[in-house]
Amino acid sequence: MSKKNQKLAEELYKTSCQKHFTKTEVESLIICYKNLLEGLKMDRNLFRDILHQKFNMTEDLLMDRVFRAFDKDSDSYISLTEWVEGLSVFLRGTLDEKMEYTFTVFDLNGDGYISREEMFQMLKTCLVKQPTEEDPDEGIKDLVEIALKKMDHDHDSRLSKKDFKDAVLIEPLLLEAFGKCLPDEKSSEIFEYHVLGVKQCRG
Amino acid sequence: MGASLARAAQWTSVAGSGKGKLELSPMNEKLLNDIIKFIESFSDKHPEEAKYVFKEALTWETSLTSSSFGGGYDIGASQITSQDKDSNGVALLEMDKGTLKVRTLEQAANVIKMAKEKSINEVRMCLEENRDPLVKILGPAFATVDTEDSTVIRMVEKNKTEATEESSLLLRLLLIIQQMDMRLLNSCMQEISKQVRLTPAAVNADVALLQSFAGDSPNTPLKNIQFTSRHVFSNDCRALPWRQVHGDICYVIVDPHDGDSFCVTASTYGCFVNGGFNEEKQEVDFEKKSEVYKDLVTLLREKSNKFAENISKKEFSSHQETQRETDKDTIMTSEQSVENEKEEDSKTEKQMKKQKDTGKKGKAAKDGKKTMKPSLKWKSLEDSRKNEKEETKKKKKRKVFEQIEFKVGVNRYRIQSRKTPQDEEDMSESSDDSEEEEEVQDRRQDAGSDLPSEYWQIQKLVKYLKGGNQTATIIALCSMRDFNLAQETCQLAIRDVGGLEVLINLLDTDENKCKIGSLKILKEISRNVQIRRAIADLGGLQTMVKILQSRNKDLKCLAAETIANVAKFRRARRTVRQHGGIKKLVALLECPPNSTDVSKDVEVARSGALALWSCSKSTKNKHAIRRAGAIPMLAKLLKSPHEEMLIPVVGTLQECASEPSYRLAIRTEGMIEDLVTNLKSSNSELQMHCAAAIFKCAEDGATRDLVREYGGLDPLVSLLPQSDDKELLAAATGAIWKCAISAQNVARFQELKAIEQLVGLLNDQPEDVLVNVVGALGECAQEPANRLVIRKAGGIPSLVHLLTGTNQALLVNVTKAVGACATEPENMSIIDKLDGVRLLWSLLKNQNPEVQASAAWAVCPCIENARDAGEMVRSFVGGLELIVSLLKSSDLEVLASVCAAIANIAKDEENLAVITDHGVVPMLARLASTGNDKLRRHLAEAIARCCTWGNNRVSFGREGAVAPLVGYLRSEDKQVHRSTAQALYQLSRDPDNCITMHENGVVKMLLNMVGSSDNALQEAAAGCIGNIRRLALANEKARYA
Repeated sequence: MSKKNQKLAEELYKTSCQKHFTKTEVESLIICYKNLLEGLKMDRNLFRDILHQKFNMTEDLLMDRVFRAFDKDSDSYISLTEWVEGLSVFLRGTLDEKMEYTFTVFDLNGDGYISREEMFQMLKTCLVKQPTEEDPDEGIKDLVEIALKKMDHDHDSRLSKKDFKDAVLIEPLLLEAFGKCLPDEKSSEIFEYHVLGVKQCRG
Repeated sequence: MGASLARAAQWTSVAGSGKGKLELSPMNEKLLNDIIKFIESFSDKHPEEAKYVFKEALTWETSLTSSSFGGGYDIGASQITSQDKDSNGVALLEMDKGTLKVRTLEQAANVIKMAKEKSINEVRMCLEENRDPLVKILGPAFATVDTEDSTVIRMVEKNKTEATEESSLLLRLLLIIQQMDMRLLNSCMQEISKQVRLTPAAVNADVALLQSFAGDSPNTPLKNIQFTSRHVFSNDCRALPWRQVHGDICYVIVDPHDGDSFCVTASTYGCFVNGGFNEEKQEVDFEKKSEVYKDLVTLLREKSNKFAENISKKEFSSHQETQRETDKDTIMTSEQSVENEKEEDSKTEKQMKKQKDTGKKGKAAKDGKKTMKPSLKWKSLEDSRKNEKEETKKKKKRKVFEQIEFKVGVNRYRIQSRKTPQDEEDMSESSDDSEEEEEVQDRRQDAGSDLPSEYWQIQKLVKYLKGGNQTATIIALCSMRDFNLAQETCQLAIRDVGGLEVLINLLDTDENKCKIGSLKILKEISRNVQIRRAIADLGGLQTMVKILQSRNKDLKCLAAETIANVAKFRRARRTVRQHGGIKKLVALLECPPNSTDVSKDVEVARSGALALWSCSKSTKNKHAIRRAGAIPMLAKLLKSPHEEMLIPVVGTLQECASEPSYRLAIRTEGMIEDLVTNLKSSNSELQMHCAAAIFKCAEDGATRDLVREYGGLDPLVSLLPQSDDKELLAAATGAIWKCAISAQNVARFQELKAIEQLVGLLNDQPEDVLVNVVGALGECAQEPANRLVIRKAGGIPSLVHLLTGTNQALLVNVTKAVGACATEPENMSIIDKLDGVRLLWSLLKNQNPEVQASAAWAVCPCIENARDAGEMVRSFVGGLELIVSLLKSSDLEVLASVCAAIANIAKDEENLAVITDHGVVPMLARLASTGNDKLRRHLAEAIARCCTWGNNRVSFGREGAVAPLVGYLRSEDKQVHRSTAQALYQLSRDPDNCITMHENGVVKMLLNMVGSSDNALQEAAAGCIGNIRRLALANEKARYA
């Protein structure tokens, strides 16, 4: 078994386009993948469970989008390669990789732009509804406008990839502007510690 | 009687609820005594009425026994009856098993007489049983009612129609009793008016007033006074509601100058010391531990002698400040005129004396001497200076008041926003806080007035911050950063819509992104003074200190930078220290050697140094920083090539260099070299901090040498031409001043032509710079060659001109510089021409002892080197009197300098005569017992000079100056020996003095000194021995002749 994994890892390490994991780390990820699957295929529900349990993600819409971003061949299953490559960006991606990734996540219909409607979709749940307000969506709409004003540099009422990247470079906090789609430091550290055996660095 | 009993008497139970007890209070006692007196005298005054039989007997439990009863009573086994009976044959007094029944006032008077000392008790018992005695005496129709009482009118009416004997008697009795009632009520009113009940407002006002007086200085009435709780209930009380039921208003902790602090309960009935306040549990031990005083001030007067002593002074100073000030002005002018008159008188007197003196000595030179006109110019100069000072003082005072007002405002704000335990101002904090920001006015925007559009937008964003999840929060935070956060409107808008609370709360979450976003905003807006205070009030510092330990370097940086901004005032600095912030900040300074991300680490260290820089403005923090091991780390960072890192590091060092321990460490850790290197930097701010650090460190001789060895003097001098940056100039000149204390450094400055440049800076510079420039010139002028340079560069007129200033530090330095220059006769003639001596002399009147001493030292070379010095000194009207009067000073330096000046003045015989008249001899003699070698030396010199006039020698002996002088010879100081020997030589011309000296064993010591290498000492010692010997010989001769 372990020999098989080693072989698989070597192969994957060579073929996949990720560059953040070492060979042994790839092997650990394979073991982790297999343990999680328990003989099944990694489908949407299983992946969502993992996102929820390991990385504290809660929002259905975004978890779906993260699944889509991982599932590069859109066969509704995450293959081993997709798993390793996805996690490579997810855990250790450079800012540029992460920007590409989050933009893909936020671009719900995949047309290369984040439109007003898409933003509205994603921000819908992020304000506590005030029962006193006449239009409960007013706050959301306002937030969308604020985000557009902040990020839409070419003033075409939608965010192109360039708009998005420029805005994030100026203000890194905007990387996850429309929802959490990357693990926070703590949970990624814990994951790396448990799965990859990376020591937590203090200080 | 009914009314007073019902209203004034203090019953233990609530009125109207049946039987109550009369409390044994002073007022009730007075009431009862009055009633006793009334009844006792009743039968004498109104015999008829006294016999009036009550409608119903007054019945009470008596303490009288049968033995008390005398004649007129039938005493049975258990029953006593009076022999007097009423018309129906019922006895007027009955006693049955301790129950007494009385039916006339006459009998009542008898009872009181019989009860003797227990009478008060009987009356009390009686009144307790019969709450309304009138009902029983006169009948139910006469019950005491609170509303309008028409019984008397009805009685009078009735009396008119059917005038019976009985009804008129009744009426008279009623009137008498009502009169009595009135009297009782009146006397009660007097009692009551004495005991004013305390109100929360009165207590608050008292505490606020005392707080404004409180302080560490010994002439304040007390150290500190504060409430135990910050929470104020709606009724203005601070005590807990269940204690308010007991009358408690609030609890106050008082820290007096004498004795331990104690806790006082202020209640509606007065103030008393309670069992104390437990700070940890925030609990008060409510038990009463002292008497009850009528108010807080009375209590404090009793409890603290120091308070009583100081408050009597203070009270006056605070209430009548303004009035007194105007008074003083008028007094001053009137004083002046009186003084002028006096001087006119003394002037003529002195002239007459002078004539007499010269006549006596047969000197005919009087006409030939040029007489200088006496002038009052120097005096008026001093007066104008005084006025100026008064002005500034007034201004300062006003400022202080404003500050107090502001503080009150802040306190109020703090109470409203949040209760934070123990955040009172800690007065023990460092006093050298250079730029404190106390003067802030709290500008709050009123809702509804014209608010800028930003206000509403920010309000909306804050709403999203409050009601949104992480995503919404981040969008709102990013959007908020787009506002111009450097603008005060935006800063205050964030505070006023409650944004600060939210931003600070965000710091407590787990979301690093939110924390970063929040800190980015806080960092910007904390440049505003009011925001800083609000952040501290909301407990933001505590959270930020915690964040310093985070693993996220961005977070650490931002938190440290924000702390650096907030910790610009004292309370914040203390908070940082008390929550362990100093240690954590120092930990940031450490750059891990094998780090992957060097630039981030440098950034972290820089922000840590920035925060430490802010914190290092408090003395306690300086110590804490040192204890946290920051010095070696700072030394390491000082070698950093990054300029932006060096500024906060040098800034911190510079700030801390006010502590001797740091100065030593800076030298021993080899930081001087780096400081010198950075002096050559191109960044003027860095240069400034380096120069300031050297300024502070160069107090130490070894450091001065190091600065020279590392070539630091050259860059310092090269900074002098940059006269635009005043701060830099002040620091550079300060460093030059301190470095110039070493003679070798002065030589280098000479080579660098620094003195000429310094002289060039004497004009048109702010005082900070001038103080240092003049200080440097003063040090340089100790070298004779430099005095010439100063003159040639035209520095003397500028220096003399500066003598008219008011800045005390400047005056000390100027007088020193002028004094040093005056040692050169050519310089002296310039100083003389510019009236410099008169200016110096007028500075003797300065209130600051340092200025006085420095001026007196400067006067010495002037007198030595001026032509016609004696005449010049005489021309200062009242000047000699002034300098003699300075011998009353308590400052040793002043005394030494004045003695030196007097020694010089006494060289002129006429002046010696004048100062002798002013009583210089006894004053000098009184100083003889000093142990200070510097004073001894100059005192002995002055005594030696003063001996030459009249019978001063004898006077010194009579005043007991001789014996202590002999003791001076045992001093270690050679110069003391010389001047003492000279004084002894002069004194030994009087036989009595010789005897005293001999008795004190002078001969042996002088014999040793004859062998000294110092010629003057040799000569004086030998002369003195000679005089003693001659006396002995003469004595022998007389005996055997």
